[in-house]
Amino acid sequence: MTSFWSIWVIVLTLACLALIFGLLIWNLKNYTGVEEGESCGHEFDGIEELNNPLPKWWTYMFFATFVWSVYYLAMYPGLGNFAGLLGWTSSNQGVTSMEESKQAVLDAKQSGVWVQLDKEFEAADERFGPIFKAFAQQDVLALAKNNEALEIGQRLYAQNCAQCHGSDARGGLGFPNLTDKDWLYGGNPDQIKETLLHGRVAAMPGWEAALGEQGVKEMTAYVLSLSGRKVNQKDADAGKSKFAMCAACHGMDGKGSVAHNLPFGAPDLTDNIWLYGGSQRAVEESVRHGRAGVMPAWKDILGEDKVHLLTAYVYSLSQDK
Amino acid sequence: MSSNGSTNKHEIVEKNVGLMAILTVFAISFGALVEITPLMFQKDTTQPVDGLRPLTALEMEGRDIYVREGCYNCHSQMIRPFRDEVERYGHYSVAGESVWDHPFQWGSKRTGPDLARVGGRYSDDWHYAHLIDPRSVVPESNMPGYPWLEENILDGKLTAKKLEVFKNFGVPYTDEDIQGAKAAVEGKTEMEALIAYLQQLGTHLK
Repeated sequence: MTSFWSIWVIVLTLACLALIFGLLIWNLKNYTGVEEGESCGHEFDGIEELNNPLPKWWTYMFFATFVWSVYYLAMYPGLGNFAGLLGWTSSNQGVTSMEESKQAVLDAKQSGVWVQLDKEFEAADERFGPIFKAFAQQDVLALAKNNEALEIGQRLYAQNCAQCHGSDARGGLGFPNLTDKDWLYGGNPDQIKETLLHGRVAAMPGWEAALGEQGVKEMTAYVLSLSGRKVNQKDADAGKSKFAMCAACHGMDGKGSVAHNLPFGAPDLTDNIWLYGGSQRAVEESVRHGRAGVMPAWKDILGEDKVHLLTAYVYSLSQDK
Repeated sequence: MSSNGSTNKHEIVEKNVGLMAILTVFAISFGALVEITPLMFQKDTTQPVDGLRPLTALEMEGRDIYVREGCYNCHSQMIRPFRDEVERYGHYSVAGESVWDHPFQWGSKRTGPDLARVGGRYSDDWHYAHLIDPRSVVPESNMPGYPWLEENILDGKLTAKKLEVFKNFGVPYTDEDIQGAKAAVEGKTEMEALIAYLQQLGTHLK
C-alpha cells in the first residue's frame, strides 16, 4: 500500500471510531427535555413512546467494543501499513506464482512474521510428517499389508479417486475397475505409482473415415469374436484382414498394450471386460469415433508421500485377500 | 407532541428524512472508503498472476453458461487460506487470479465443492457424464443434471462482442482473438464450452 492509501485508511478508521465514540457519549445525556421514564408526548394505535435511557448493560458492552477495537488495531493489521504488534497475518497475500508463494513462506519464517496458514501447516507437518515419512520409506508391497497405511490410503482414495472410480473402486462406464486384474497401464506397484503421479492420456483415434460404414461393422464383429462372442463369421473375417491397423496398440492378438509391454493403455480385447461397454453398439461407437480416456496427474495436488500410500491402497484392491 | 420541541435535538434528525438519509450514507460510507476503495489502486490486488491468460472464446461461452445456469449458487471459486481448504482444494486463491474476471465468480455458498482449482482434476469424460447425470458417477450427489447442455449448439453470434467488452475492461485480447471468436465456437455444444471453462479454472497459478 502506498503511504497515501495507508494514511487514508488510518485517518478514516480512527475518525470513524472517534465519531461513534462521540455519538455514544452524547447519547448518554438526556437532551429531550422529557424526564426519564416519562412519555415523549405521542402515541400511535395506543402505543406510547417513553423516554427511556439506553440500558446500562448495553452501554457497557458498547464501551467494551471500543476497548477491543483499540487492542485489535494495536495488535493486528488494520491501520494501513502498520502490521500490528503481533506481526500476524492470515496468509501470504499477493503472490503471483507458486514459486513466489514458496519463497514467501521462507521469507516470513526468516523475518518472524506470524503467518497463520503457514503455522497451521507447520503444526500439521510436525504431527503427520513423520508418519508419512516413515511410510514413504517402506515399499509398496509392504504397505499393502499394513493396515494403518491402507486406512490412510482408503481415505485418500475416498477423497480424491472415488468420484470417477467409485467408492467401491469398481469403476463405471469409461472409468476403469481397480479391483480386477485387468490393467490398462500395468498393475505392478511402479506402474500404478507412475499412473497416479503423472496421469495417463489414452488416444484411440476414430476409424470411421478409414473403414467406412461397412468396415466399422466388420471390425466390430471381429473385435467381439476375440472374446468368444457369436458374430457373423463373414464380417469377422473381413474385419480380421484389416486388424493390422489396430495391432500397433492392441497387439496382433488383440491382447492389449500391457501384454506387449507397450505404454498406450490400449485394452485387452480378448477378455470380457469392456471399459466403454461391450454391446455391439458401444463397440461400434468406439471403433467409429475412438476413445480418449484421461487419468489426471496427482503429483502436484497430493504430493509424492500421499501418492505412495494411495499406490499401496490401489495395489491392495486387486490382490487376493 | 413533545413538550418543548425546540430543545429536543433528537427530533432534528428524527423528523427530517432528507437529513437522516444524508447522515445514514455518511455513516455507512466509512466501511467502503476504508475497505474497498484502496484495493482498486493496489498493485497486490490488480496485478495478474504470472501464468494468467485471457479465456479463449470457447471458455468465455462456457463462463456465460456457468453464470446462466447459476452454478455460483452452489459452488464457490474461492479457496480460503485455511489448512483444511488448502489440503482439499489446493493453493489458496490469490487476487491476481481473478483480475480478468468480470464479474468474479467467487460466490459465497458451498452446497457443492469449491471449483476454484477444479481444472485438470477430472477428465473431460467425467465432466460430461457428471453434468448429464451427476448420480451416474457420484451416487450421493444432490446436484441437478444439465442434459440440455449437450443439445444446445452455440452459434457464436455474440462471442466476438463479448471478447470486445472484456477487452474494454482491460483484458488483453488481440484483434485476432476477436476476429476468430465466432469460428472458434460455432457448432460446438454448450457442454463442450462449459467443460472447457471448468478445465482451466485455477490452472494459471504456476
